[in-house]
Parts: sequence; structure tokens; C-alpha cells
Amino acid sequence: MSPNPRRLVPDLVILAAAVGLFFVFPYDLAFLTRILIMVVFVLSLDLVLGYAGIATLGHAAMYGTGAYAAGLFAIHVSADPLLGLAAGAVAGAAIAAVSGLIMMRAHGLTLLMLSIAVAQVLQEVANKARPVTGGADGLRGIRMEPVLGIWEFDFIGRTGYWYAFTVMALVLVMLKVVVASPFGLSARGIHESPARMRAIGTPVYARLVAIYTLAGGIAGVAGALAAQVTSLVSLEVYSFEHSAEAVIMLVLGGTGRLYGAVLGVALFMTVEHLAAAVDPFNWLFIIGALVLGVVFFVPAGLMGVPGALARLGRGR
Amino acid sequence: MGTILNILVDGVAYGMILFMISVGLSVTMGLMRVINLAHGGFAMLGGAFVHYFGAVLGLPFVAAAAVAIALVVLLSVPMERVLYRSIYRMGELQQVLATIGITFLMIASVNLWLGSSLLPIRLPDSWTGIVDLGFRSLPMHRLIVICVGLAIMAALYLLVEGTRFGIRLRAAVDNRATASALGIDTGRVFALTFGLGAGLAALGGILGAELLPIDAYYPLRYMVLFLIVVAVGGMGSIAGSFLAALALGILQQAVLYLVPDFGTIFFFCCVIALLALRPQGLSGRV
Repeated sequence: MSPNPRRLVPDLVILAAAVGLFFVFPYDLAFLTRILIMVVFVLSLDLVLGYAGIATLGHAAMYGTGAYAAGLFAIHVSADPLLGLAAGAVAGAAIAAVSGLIMMRAHGLTLLMLSIAVAQVLQEVANKARPVTGGADGLRGIRMEPVLGIWEFDFIGRTGYWYAFTVMALVLVMLKVVVASPFGLSARGIHESPARMRAIGTPVYARLVAIYTLAGGIAGVAGALAAQVTSLVSLEVYSFEHSAEAVIMLVLGGTGRLYGAVLGVALFMTVEHLAAAVDPFNWLFIIGALVLGVVFFVPAGLMGVPGALARLGRGR
Repeated sequence: MGTILNILVDGVAYGMILFMISVGLSVTMGLMRVINLAHGGFAMLGGAFVHYFGAVLGLPFVAAAAVAIALVVLLSVPMERVLYRSIYRMGELQQVLATIGITFLMIASVNLWLGSSLLPIRLPDSWTGIVDLGFRSLPMHRLIVICVGLAIMAALYLLVEGTRFGIRLRAAVDNRATASALGIDTGRVFALTFGLGAGLAALGGILGAELLPIDAYYPLRYMVLFLIVVAVGGMGSIAGSFLAALALGILQQAVLYLVPDFGTIFFFCCVIALLALRPQGLSGRV
């Protein structure tokens, strides 16, 4: 990537926001950390859905597998957080590779159904493998060692916050490199026209499986982060709602734009948090209205708002 | 022997419920190419209305069901005109999101109106008994569900194969642009089909309340099940939906009886295998 300083502005804004929020809301760090973890998850979804155009409602399959892998790894093998992240990434990528081999042959509704079915099967497996996963009670007893042997996970969540932020930043930088690479461009090409990409010699099916596997690894990292920071893995990690909310957040922010994932997650989770606090019984009204509002009025997502306003300003 | 017969009876009854709820979804999906995740909401609304008219206002079951279905149809047609009309033109992803948004609003509305607890439906006493068929006895409710399901299938077959509306519907499913160029008012066909599908979903939701209990989160909980019927059956095909619903119903009940601990896993693995082998569904219409 060219060292153009203007390109770094959004990254600096994110960094400044992270530092600012840390000092302004010192007692909401657990919630802010959840946002950061969700950003990693939605970034992974953006690669699959926004860039490669694979419609999926089962992305939680990889997130959940990463979470269980990291949790079990911490309990049975090593409590080192970074090794745990690696375990989560490998597990997420492995599930994505296996399921991708089947899923990437399908399109449209069939693909959506397959993605949902994979997540449901995994959820039931985790539910039934009670001796290993704790079943419906969740996986408990995860005790993490300090990050790099230096920073202990504390009660307020300071370490967890910066740990999650660092991972999120690294994933964001990595994805910026990936989407600008020939590999990333071929994903876009497949999104636009699989037939033409095949005609110019791209192995479309293999490429889709590769993209799905890479995204699965990142989703696995997000799950591993969640397991480590909250010290708990529940069956909810695989839930359909989890996958669906990730899609909503991505479209809210804008698909195919990495910063859209950041913006969408931050806005959606803040609204959800506030709405649930104000009226825990009727917040679905607000979420439903928000989703419909975005789809009908800003189909390109929040990242498309400046462009839409500019066109409006030019009178077009 | 007894187990196999039980599986068959429960499975066929369950399949009929799935058929009634999903057939509208399949046809509208074939017609408008919309992945309507909110379709289960119409089944829930049907159940919620019957609960309200029956348990709260004290109407007899059949009257309550008739009023509920009529209400759902009356509600669905304006929804199609106002909301869905603009959803047809959107991309696949936007359609999924928009219909999820509608689902959320339906859930929130019923939640606000009747609360989030289970909404029981009281069946008439004559429905809860056991019928002696000579060689076996069957629960009356299952028998009624199976008969209604068969009647609906027959009626739909006659409607689609034998009426002018059916011809227009088939033409619009096959090729919307050509149908409209030939002077068929596809907008009207869409609205009528949507209303019919919603009404059937409401009927399925009401009759199936014993198997798929009604509460506010019903559309989200069973969304996947209904969509799987359509994906397996092949969208736009009534016969495909019927076969898929029966097969999935029997499969579901079979795994429930035979491998109760691993029912869901086995069920979804079968679905994955089926979709991997036949991505266009049983009746392969693209």
C-alpha cells in the first residue's frame, strides 16, 4: 500500500476513539470490548459477504468453533492467550474449509440454508457433547494467563479492552492488505461476475473456498477473543440470531468497505444497548425499524451516506 | 410395527402443517424471487389471533380460526402493496435484511400485545379424542390435520391447473416479464398469491399449534424449518413443497422416535446432504 498519509485518517480516528472511550466510560469497558470483538467478527463476514458476495446466515459456525476451541485449549493445553487465539483461528479455518467445500457449490437460497444448517448442526453437537463442552450450562473454568506474560486480565476489563483492540487493529490492517491484493481483487471479481472470472482463468470454486477459509480463521479469532475475555463459552455463540445480527450490522455500516463494518457494529450495538436499557421488552421495535430504515433509505449503508448527500448537493 | 405407524401418522401430520405454512412461501419465492424470512410471522399472527378470540374473547374455535385467517389475509395484502413491492427490486442481501426487519416488527408487536409467554389455543373437545379405525386408533387432531392438508393440496392443484388465475400464476412464475408483456396483471397476481399464502400459513400455524407452539418468537424459531422446506422442495413448486414437507415431517418424527438424543444433528445432516446433492431442490426449478 502506498504511504499516503490521508489514507491513515480513518485508522487514527478509530485509535483516538478507542483511547477517548477508554477514559470517558471506564466502567463500560466490558461492553466496549464486546463491540471490538464483534467488529472482528463482522470484518470477517465483510470479506465473505461484502467482498466475495457469498450470502450467508451461518457465520456464527466459525465464531462458535473458535470460541469452543480457545476455551478447551485454555483448560486442557495452555492458558496462554496468544496460543489460544491461534487455536481459535485454526479451528475456525478448519470448519470453514470443510463446510466451504459443500457450500461454495450452491447459490442463493440453497447456500443460505446450508450455512444455517451447518451452524445448527454444530450447536447441537456442542449441546450434546456435554462432558466436553458443558452443554447448555456453557463451558466454564477458563482461566487465562497474562497477555505476553505481562498484562493480567483484571476485573474491570482494562487488559481485555486493549487486548481486543490490538487484535481488532491487526485484523483490520491485515484485511486492508488482503482486499488490495490480487487475491482480494479476485474476490471482488467473483462477486461481480463469476462467469467472466472463470473465463480469465480464475479457479472460482477453489478461490471461494480459500476466501471462506481465511474469513473462517478470522471469525475463529473473534470467537477465541470472546472466550478468553469473558471466560465463558455458551451455546449462544452458534445461534442464528448471532449470525443474523452480524449481517445486519455489516449492511448497516456498508458492505464491501472495511470501515463500514466498524461503524455498523458500533452504531448497532450502541442502539441495542441503549434500547434494551430503556425498554427491555420492546427494543425489537427499534431494531426492526432501524433495519428497515437502512434497507429502504440508505441501501449502501452508513458509509454510503456522504456519497448520497454529495449527489443530493449536486442536484442529481 | 406400532412405532413405524406412529412415526408415519405423526410425521405425515407434521408434514401437512409444514406444507400449509411453507407452500405460500415457496410460491411467492418462485414468483417474486424474494426470500421472505417474515413468512412464519403470518402463521404466528394466525395463532395469536385465535388465542385472542378463543381464550380471551371466548369465541368457538372454528369461528375464531375463520376470523383469524381472514384478518391475516386482510393484513398481508396491504403489506404486500406497501412494503414488499419495493423489496422485490432489491438485491438478495437487502431482501433478507428487510424481511428480517419485518419479522422483528411482527415479533415486537405480538410481544407488546399479548406478552412473550406461550399463547395456548384451546381445541374443541371433539378434536382431542381418539378415533378407532378398526385396526388402530388415531388421535383425532392428527386425523383432521392430515385431511385438511390433503384437501388444501387438492384445492391448490385444481386452482393452479384448472383456473384462469392458475394459468396466470404459472405464467408469472415461469417468466414474469413475458407474462406481463402478454397483458397479465402481474401486480394483481402477486398480491392475490401473497394473500393466499399468508392465509394458508395462518391456517397451518393454527392447526399446528400443538406441534409448533405459538409465542411471540415463533417466526424466528421456526424460520429455518420453513425455509428448509422451500429449499428442499425447490422454490415455486407446489408439488415440490408438498413432497419436501412430507419427507421432512416424517424424517423429523422418525429421528425424534428413533434417535431422540441426536435428532437435530441427524435432521440437519440429512438436509445438508440433500442440498449438497440437489442444490435446486427436489423439483429443480431455478
